[in-house]
Amino acid sequence: MSLSPTGALRHSGNLFAMALDVVRTIPRRPFQAREFIQQAWFVASVTILPTALVSIPFGAVIALQIGSLTRQLGAQSFAGAASVLAVLREASPIVTALLIAGAGGTAICADLGARKIRDEIDAMQVLGIDPIHRLVVPRVLASMVVAVLLNGLVSVVGVAGGYFFNVILQNGTPGAYLASFTTLAQLSDLWAAEVKALVFGAIAGIVASYKGLTAKGGPKGVGDAVNQSVVITFMLLFVTNFVMTAVYFQVVPQRG
Amino acid sequence: MGVEICVEGLTKSFGHQVIWQDVSLTLPAGEVSVMLGPSGTGKSVFLKTLVGLLKPERGSITIQGRDITRLREHDLYEVRKLFGVLFQDGALFGSMNLYDNIAFPLREHTRKSESQIRRIVLEKMDMVGLIGAEGKLPGEISGGMRKRAGLARALVLDPEIILFDEPDSGLDPVRVAYLNQLIVDLNAQIDATFLIVTHDIASARQVPDNIGLLFRRELVMFGPREELLTSDEPVVRQFLNGRMQGPIGMAEEKDAAQVEQELAQLGDAGHTTTPGSQELPPRLLPGPGITRPARWQAIAEREGALRRREVAGA
Repeated sequence: MSLSPTGALRHSGNLFAMALDVVRTIPRRPFQAREFIQQAWFVASVTILPTALVSIPFGAVIALQIGSLTRQLGAQSFAGAASVLAVLREASPIVTALLIAGAGGTAICADLGARKIRDEIDAMQVLGIDPIHRLVVPRVLASMVVAVLLNGLVSVVGVAGGYFFNVILQNGTPGAYLASFTTLAQLSDLWAAEVKALVFGAIAGIVASYKGLTAKGGPKGVGDAVNQSVVITFMLLFVTNFVMTAVYFQVVPQRG
Repeated sequence: MGVEICVEGLTKSFGHQVIWQDVSLTLPAGEVSVMLGPSGTGKSVFLKTLVGLLKPERGSITIQGRDITRLREHDLYEVRKLFGVLFQDGALFGSMNLYDNIAFPLREHTRKSESQIRRIVLEKMDMVGLIGAEGKLPGEISGGMRKRAGLARALVLDPEIILFDEPDSGLDPVRVAYLNQLIVDLNAQIDATFLIVTHDIASARQVPDNIGLLFRRELVMFGPREELLTSDEPVVRQFLNGRMQGPIGMAEEKDAAQVEQELAQLGDAGHTTTPGSQELPPRLLPGPGITRPARWQAIAEREGALRRREVAGA
């Protein structure tokens, strides 16, 4: 990756062009169902366990912070409400994004990069098969679907972890904790989080595929591509997250 | 019958570095051509440009009346179905066994039933001598087997044009000889247009109808085998004889004075430099079990006459 400004622009342009190609290729028949299922299973298998393990302490930290904050403010009855809101709106899409990019994206990027430097991608193109259609679209769709499902998992595990720490370790009131769930949070929060996860999954899949398919320079090139794909995905994810959150607050009326 | 490839004024560069410029040649339909050149002269780049994997800066490549340098991506995929390409390391799909690798193009592009696919795949595997290795993964077999499997995969869609990227690199001389025989047999059987990119002189002497030589960022010469093998062009002579004396240096080209001095020394040492005195090595012919089409029949007769004359001369 060159450091010149035109190089950076060219890479962004190529990345965006590939994203458009992916969108354009999604409706093309035949849909690669087999590849899609294999990839979805693969991405899920490398992400489920780390996600669950990360979301427990993540939910606990939020619960601890909010537990002590609400006590300081004298609003213990809102502890449940606040921690559900934090987990649902921000924590779960971010945890999902980090794991999809860190575990799923790197695996996709390394796989495609290894194929690229072994000339497999060229061979595929010469055999008249479009790698975007055959390889990239199923991977992007798989990472989107798995991101949405993982987001649900993180929400559940995070909220359960929060409950455990707040009620059992900080001696909160179970009834108050549960009852205050819906005072601030609403169903649209969950939808918004799922949409975020969907977009994050798409970004992670597209960036990983782009970096993998443009890897060059032997095995080291694949390592570099994986590294860059994680960095680029994280940067894009946090920017996207900010924009989507800002839009969400403008569009959806908030409670209270 | 194979397809003619007409290349005109082709120029390719990466950034400011020109790989080769103004390459013009015609690969005649159904014939075997070899592209020679020292390492790093962009032979593989030339091959990738022919199938549209790389876009040249200038020039045109015409196949069946279509210029593939200007085709849209979608049409390019259609034209590529005419091609079979054998990549340097076979470029097999690492996650599939040999059978699935070779069946892959059929499963993607045709609506053949599994039993039909099985028949075609086994036929091609038999052709390249890989029967019994169907279940092996590409990582478990030798380089020579990978190359042959790559060739079988390139053959399953019955291509009109087959491109070979260094079929002999990394193989022992015996396997190279077998592979050359296989290439000649294949040409007699399927009648496609062949282009072999290599720097193996022995193969270049025996196998092709036409030879081209890339050096110093341009096509030095392209023409019938006899013409190049008996040529007095210094670069061609040096390369075909594999010697150090001549314009080709270790890193790059040499300066003119040194080349002249070296060539003069070579002349003193009693080597022949008179025009047309180069010996023409015998041509590799299709094996005995292969029915020869008219083209190969003519070549065999010409070869036979040439040999008889040599024997008589001796």
